[in-house]
Amino acid sequence: MIKIAGLSRRAGSKTILESVDLEIHPGEIFSFIGPSGSGKTTLLRLIDLLDMPTTGTILFDGIDTAASKAVRLSIRRRMGMVFQKPAVLNTTVSGNVAFGLKFRKAEKSEIESRVHEALDIVGLLHLADQKAVTLSGGEMQRVAIARALITRPEVLLLDEPTANLDPVNTELIEKLILAIHKKFHTTIILSTHDMIQGQRLADRMGVIMNGRIVQVGSIHDIFYRPEGRDIARFVGIDTILKGVVESNDGGHARISVNNTFLEVITPCKPGTRVALFIRPEEITIAIRDGDLPKTSVRNQIQGMITKMVPFGPFVRTTIDFGSHLTALVTRRSADELSLKVGMTVIAGIKATAIHVIMDSG
Amino acid sequence: MSEIISGFFQAIDLIVNLDPEVMQIATLSLLISLAATIIAAVISIPLGGLIHFYEFRGKRVLIVLIQTLYSVPTVVVGLLLYLFLSRSGPLGYFGLLFTPEGMILGQAILIIPIITGLVIAALGGVDRNISDTLISLGATGFQTIIQIVREARLAILSAVVLGFGRAISEVGVAMMIGGNIRDATRVLTTAIALQTGIGDFPFSIALGIILLIIALIVVIVLNLITAGLSVEAQQALGGPRT
Repeated sequence: MIKIAGLSRRAGSKTILESVDLEIHPGEIFSFIGPSGSGKTTLLRLIDLLDMPTTGTILFDGIDTAASKAVRLSIRRRMGMVFQKPAVLNTTVSGNVAFGLKFRKAEKSEIESRVHEALDIVGLLHLADQKAVTLSGGEMQRVAIARALITRPEVLLLDEPTANLDPVNTELIEKLILAIHKKFHTTIILSTHDMIQGQRLADRMGVIMNGRIVQVGSIHDIFYRPEGRDIARFVGIDTILKGVVESNDGGHARISVNNTFLEVITPCKPGTRVALFIRPEEITIAIRDGDLPKTSVRNQIQGMITKMVPFGPFVRTTIDFGSHLTALVTRRSADELSLKVGMTVIAGIKATAIHVIMDSG
Repeated sequence: MSEIISGFFQAIDLIVNLDPEVMQIATLSLLISLAATIIAAVISIPLGGLIHFYEFRGKRVLIVLIQTLYSVPTVVVGLLLYLFLSRSGPLGYFGLLFTPEGMILGQAILIIPIITGLVIAALGGVDRNISDTLISLGATGFQTIIQIVREARLAILSAVVLGFGRAISEVGVAMMIGGNIRDATRVLTTAIALQTGIGDFPFSIALGIILLIIALIVVIVLNLITAGLSVEAQQALGGPRT
């Protein structure tokens, strides 16, 4: 659907995007994910042909979008975009929704029926004649979605569609995006800094950091097999350990981390310096009570609790065993085990829950 | 003090009884300044649009220059125009000196910078997201411009009203280009200056009151307009009017 090659954008001497290569498949929901200021908005604006790239090409359905102004307009008219901060024009809600078709010089009767349809989809029919500027943030965002939808775009771009919304409206908008995708099979490209939202909505994700796409893949790949330290931190992996492979028996490796040995699954050869990523919810905590129970958990690491921070219904518990591990323990089990700072505990980690990459730094 | 009070009551008398001379002067004032405002608006709105929508070298400098001209002394405009319009001047052929047409020209020149500048501010006050939104909705360049001007319509209208306020209250151009000729080019401000000079206070006060009423109407109109403006647009026009 969209093929991006060697795309970069500089503003003055500042590089905002650097050598982006990416392909968006027809009908998929693709999410850009990355911290604020990483270049997500810039990339979406380039895809919507609002700005010109400094270098690189964007092919839309095989057409080079840099061909001419007329080509850019005609391709832009096959897309719809919803901005992070929705801007409504000083007219009624239906007046706002109608713009796209008005610009395309559609028949009046067609505009009316499509406005009705679009407002129905976003659930704002009852506000059709109200002044758009009087709406709440969530309602404005739905107007913006209806407005982008009315031209039946082949590609719908959404820039942080829920960044300024409360949880209730966020859920509403997310449901709406999925409903639109189901109904029209629109290719949807969205950006978010909320990885959980990316997980809820997207088929594939692209992680953007400092103006570069650092990893593209399925949600599972990015969550469990991040290709770098920064990505790992961003997707919520608190525990990043450095170690050296001691031995490797057909993929079952022993890794030394500060003289503690961990069993992992990796093809890395003995002597390789590696980084280990462990998601906090993959670490279990037990207290020593006689003999250790026999379990499938290969790694049982003894350490001392140094920090406990409440995190919603969980407690983020940091354990010092020479290096640090962070585990997400439910508040209930923390209470049952009466975990406290200073206690010695056993952290359990399955070999398969440890993601290993070669350590470059 | 008694002179002021008696002058005030005689002035009220002149206004209430629709004194023909007072009415004639007031009407001429309104006509000249309205004509000047319409001409200035017809030039300034597209001009402001051009400056806002097109990027060119020296744009910032031009805007600063226009803003400087907001406060150009009316007598300076009067002097320059006098030199151009006098018999021996380059535009002497048209015979506009000491005519209402000459005054219209002068007032229009006077207020073109202020309307142009405020139109630029008004267009700049339209949220940048609006133009992005329009373009992303498939608007052509022309459709985008039309829609943004429409979005700024209230702020543009207040720019025009403000221009009218400056036109009707100025003395320099009216005096130097009009010449304060009775029944021909005598307007409210020049008449007040002259009548005060010869000691006819009731007449001056009556004209002053009319001028104040016009000013009041301008302010009320501005308030009605800006009440419908966004906070950003009000700031672009020099702070919220309350």
